[in-house]
Amino acid sequence: MKMAEPSEVLVKMVNIRKSFGHAEVLRGVNFEVGYNEIVGLLGDNGAGKSTLIKILTGVHQPDSGEIYWKGQKLVNYSVAKARELGIETVFQERALSEQHSLWRNIFMGREITNRWGFLDIKKQREEAERIIREYMGFTSSALSVDAVVGTMSGGEKQGVAIARALHFQADLIILDEPTTGLSLSETQKVLSFVEEIKKQGKSAIFITHNIYHVYPVADRIVILDRGRVVGEFMKAAIPLEKLVEKLYLVARTGRLNDEGSFSEGTPKGPHGLESLMP
Amino acid sequence: MRNRWLAENRTQMSILFVLFVLLVLFMISSPKTFLSGDIYAAFMSTIPFSMIMALSLTLVVICGEMDLSFPSIMGFCGYVFTQVFHATGSVAIALLVCILVGLVAGYLNGFLIVKFRLPSLVVTIGTQFFWAGLTQVLCQGLGRTLVPTKESPLYYLLVGRVFGKVPVQMFWAVVVAFFLWLILNRHRFGAHIYYTGDNEASARVMGINVDRVKTIVFTQMGGFAAFAGVLASLEVLYFWPTLGQGYLLKTIAAVFLGGTPVEGGVGTIFGTFIGAIIIGILEAGIIAMGLSGFWTQLVYGLIIVISITIHSVLRRKVA
Repeated sequence: MKMAEPSEVLVKMVNIRKSFGHAEVLRGVNFEVGYNEIVGLLGDNGAGKSTLIKILTGVHQPDSGEIYWKGQKLVNYSVAKARELGIETVFQERALSEQHSLWRNIFMGREITNRWGFLDIKKQREEAERIIREYMGFTSSALSVDAVVGTMSGGEKQGVAIARALHFQADLIILDEPTTGLSLSETQKVLSFVEEIKKQGKSAIFITHNIYHVYPVADRIVILDRGRVVGEFMKAAIPLEKLVEKLYLVARTGRLNDEGSFSEGTPKGPHGLESLMP
Repeated sequence: MRNRWLAENRTQMSILFVLFVLLVLFMISSPKTFLSGDIYAAFMSTIPFSMIMALSLTLVVICGEMDLSFPSIMGFCGYVFTQVFHATGSVAIALLVCILVGLVAGYLNGFLIVKFRLPSLVVTIGTQFFWAGLTQVLCQGLGRTLVPTKESPLYYLLVGRVFGKVPVQMFWAVVVAFFLWLILNRHRFGAHIYYTGDNEASARVMGINVDRVKTIVFTQMGGFAAFAGVLASLEVLYFWPTLGQGYLLKTIAAVFLGGTPVEGGVGTIFGTFIGAIIIGILEAGIIAMGLSGFWTQLVYGLIIVISITIHSVLRRKVA
């Protein structure tokens, strides 16, 4: 296997294995995200997507395997450490406090205070105003920082969570099913927020089981099935229709094609990931 | 700007309106009583005990939890205060020990709830019996005088009368209200209480130490219950073994009346402040109106149900 230089990638997970009881959820997964790269992580329910992400965010410890962050091997990895490094997850439930205002949500858990812990409300509101305009493209007439988050649309809520992550200088933003349950126009909004991540020079992992949502914004697409990476494509190398065909094949057979190896569309990208098949 | 202020404070305005209507009603029906200052002095001497606990309980409820043990902690701490006072002859030491015991009792609630992931309603039913029982066992059902505390200047500082009329305990209730308001609305910790009550999972994900927030919230409840116990005992210069009984439902009602919903996440100190006043004046008002004491409970019930319905409707409009 041709390994990329450690410093070329932002995060690299090598041969990750994880079992829960007798169920082997991850069976030696190699996964990486480059600098300023949007990676789509596709797979059905039970493919191991969320377990892989929980290991990446320090929630679960892998049974074996290594994680490298900017070339450094991570030891004693934890949720707190992940946040410290700049890995921010935008959860499916969005981690918002729905009965409170937008500006309060932006600074939730990271309030601007004086040294005695008293809040600088004025500054937080002003900053929030700037953040939603800068990262979400919202004008103050369309959405006030005083808006109660519970009254906002699903796409806007995603936007708040993404803007918050960008503002706090996350290098890697993990989007956990960000478009699930959203209408078409709301989905479009979320996709534009994802493009904003790319524009800001940051990286993202976009977890979904809907290829149509991730394809327009992803640089690279990784397919996970039953605990293994079964395919990996640079978007530039494969048209959408071909990718959809392959996904059906995976769903039917658990393999990418009858020979069980890559044929066309195999990435020859900067990451040298062509030989990840088991 | 003004609209935003109104939208944010409509629950508080509505409860203030209820108080206003009640006062006008009482003044019209029994002007003799409600247009003299005496009745208000009387209110200010009795309302602070349950008000202080209601203010403190507001933090617990906003946090999405419930505490049923504070009346028993109040009683037990009253006992501790009395015993320590008689042993040392010092009100200051007795006050200090008593509040410490209250904080420990509150911390114990928090510890059980956080450490063993027990529902607070159930834990505090248990500790409520425990502290009440312990008080009974220790004092053997006997009260004790606190008359000698009058020799201490602290007595006058805690429950004296300003200009011979205005009870100082009301001043303490206002201080507690301001302090808790400051924490809740202007301090990071208060923000964390709101987030914890609104969505505990979200708060955790955002790095808020939810367990610590809950523990502190229950601890302060114990401390303020102890303080209320001292004030109530000093006011009557006697420790009654039944101290605390009768405060539970009125205190909780004051919180709900004030617009803090049982689900937590939102709520205001101001609302509870007004709610406690309403609960406090209702009984006297009903009797002064010429209705018999039997009516009190019925009117309590009506006012509470109506107010909570108004709050709920208003909140849904906002949301």
